[in-house]
Amino acid sequence: MEIRRDVFQAIADPTRRAILLLLASQAMAPNAIAEEFHTSRQAVSKHIQILTECELVKQEQKGREIYYHINAHKMKEIDKWIEQFKKIWETRFNQLDIVLSTIKKQKK
Amino acid sequence: MKNNLLFDFTVDKASKTVFVNREFDADLSLVWDAFTKQEILDQWWAPKPWESKTKFMNFKVAGKRFYAMVGPEGQEHWSIQKYTSITPKTNFKYWNAFADKDENPELPGSEWDLNFNEQDGMTTVNITIYNESLQRMEQMIEMGFQGGFTMTLNYLEELLTRINH
Repeated sequence: MEIRRDVFQAIADPTRRAILLLLASQAMAPNAIAEEFHTSRQAVSKHIQILTECELVKQEQKGREIYYHINAHKMKEIDKWIEQFKKIWETRFNQLDIVLSTIKKQKK
Repeated sequence: MKNNLLFDFTVDKASKTVFVNREFDADLSLVWDAFTKQEILDQWWAPKPWESKTKFMNFKVAGKRFYAMVGPEGQEHWSIQKYTSITPKTNFKYWNAFADKDENPELPGSEWDLNFNEQDGMTTVNITIYNESLQRMEQMIEMGFQGGFTMTLNYLEELLTRINH
């Protein structure tokens, strides 16, 4: 099977999602990113490579250092991911609506 | 049942905060009870097919709720909540952490702030969830607030299958 390089593959891994969250607030050098994780530098760097191939992350040369930052356009696809969590709350609250309406009927 | 009830959900990654606002067609005291009494809470807190099972709940400042999200295959995800502030029918705050079955919290946790407001018989609840770390926020998202985790994974699987074919 051909190796897939798309946003969904990128976010399928918790470490990669954590890297994306980190980069969402600021551009970072690979060392700084690696320091945020307990795994090896090599492992983190592999994750960054996959994120780059998925175009979620872009690199930029600043002097001697390479900085990674988020590709905002591609991240929009991730927003659909966030939508899923919104769904969970929706489900939860719809259940609460039913509970509330049942209790109200019992009181009458 | 009304289905045009206000509902906002936003995730602010920079401030590690999740905001949830929802309006309910019920008076304040009923909504307050639904959030603060274990027998009502367990009826709706877990998105189906998951179930919320509260082992104990002591709703007072410094009191705790210890509960599990129980999955369709019997899998259990425990959480512990410690109430830090309670203003009856107005606001309550708690610190929340995932835990093992022996009540040992997994740090870091998150801080929850819930505000209740009634207007014309409708009650609005504003929830702010502040995560102590980005990793924690990631964990919360990964667990999909625990209950929705499988739902989320199923969705992802479905997407991946679709992309593959």
